[in-house]
Amino acid sequence: MNNPPNPAQPPSVARLFIAFALIGVSSFGGGLIAYLRDVVVDREHWLDEDEFLGALEIGQTLPGLNSTNVAVIVGRKLKGAPGAAAASLGLILPGALILIVLGLLYARFHGNPDVTAALAGVAAAAVGLLLQVTLKIGGRQFLRPKDLLFIIPTFLMVGVFHVSLVATLFLLAPIAIWMNRPRPSKDGDTSQTAPKSAP
Amino acid sequence: MKDLIELLNVFAGLSLMAIGGGTAVIPEMEHQTVTVHQWVSSTQFAAIYSLGQLAPGPNMTMVGILGYHAAGVPGYFLVLFAFYFPALMLTYIVSHIWDNFRDNPWRDALQRGLAPITIGLMLSGVYAVGKTASFNLERPLWFNAVTMGFGLAIVLLLFWKRINPALLILACGVIGWFVLR
Repeated sequence: MNNPPNPAQPPSVARLFIAFALIGVSSFGGGLIAYLRDVVVDREHWLDEDEFLGALEIGQTLPGLNSTNVAVIVGRKLKGAPGAAAASLGLILPGALILIVLGLLYARFHGNPDVTAALAGVAAAAVGLLLQVTLKIGGRQFLRPKDLLFIIPTFLMVGVFHVSLVATLFLLAPIAIWMNRPRPSKDGDTSQTAPKSAP
Repeated sequence: MKDLIELLNVFAGLSLMAIGGGTAVIPEMEHQTVTVHQWVSSTQFAAIYSLGQLAPGPNMTMVGILGYHAAGVPGYFLVLFAFYFPALMLTYIVSHIWDNFRDNPWRDALQRGLAPITIGLMLSGVYAVGKTASFNLERPLWFNAVTMGFGLAIVLLLFWKRINPALLILACGVIGWFVLR
């Protein structure tokens, strides 16, 4: 990665907030990372492609939502703590305000048979969306025994038997990380060249 | 007040366990809010989760609505804060020192090791919402056939073509309005 080619003039905190709020209000249907990349890299040139991918890598590895994590990293890079706050709040607030309205409507009308019927359709569709995203991100991991060794136990423990998430993570993550531990290249382990998961 | 503290505990914990994204904690969130604390029913959880897919922005902001059902308007904002702030703070701090580890080979091991666990958690999320929303034994068979059909159709459509998922979800809501009663 090159030196950070900081834009001649970093944006003001207000401008950061507005830019992220515009993403937050227009990004229907998920895929926020693509919207973020569009604005941050292509339109505003606040980060170059490499820097954005670097931010995404951190955002994916750490807990929390990938999109809001990336917002914090981009905001911090451009304007420090106020920038991080402005970017993440900008991303979250518009949806949060819309969801207050949806939530109040739902709380008021969820007994109504019309609403119940429509929401049954919406919920069934949301499951499809979630499954598609899982299959897409999982991709070839579903065909690799080494990965299935963790996909299946995680699913059974958390999904079916309700083992607590903390316990599951502490049991499985160390083994999984150990199995992928750095090895001298003489090993010739081809799985080490496997592609990283997509956002 | 007791509910607010419970909300804070549950959602701040979920925030820090959301490895690989928010969807990873859906099963635990469902378990905590439906079974353990009974803030919402499983049908309500599925409906609230799907409302979140209709609004713009990060797709987990619907957690606020769960807080609203537990503790009213204060619950809404408390849950949003508890769910977003810890993870964002952690990212803020770690991104400071991350560059020091750029060439550490263990970083790669961490990412590769956690990837299949994330997928397992996402599958659990599909199951947690799906067992209410897609295949629900309390509903007649034809109803389940329709809901499973919606899900399957969406999976196939999205693999086939780039369509905005929010439109598909809305379409299923409209069809559901007429059919699923």
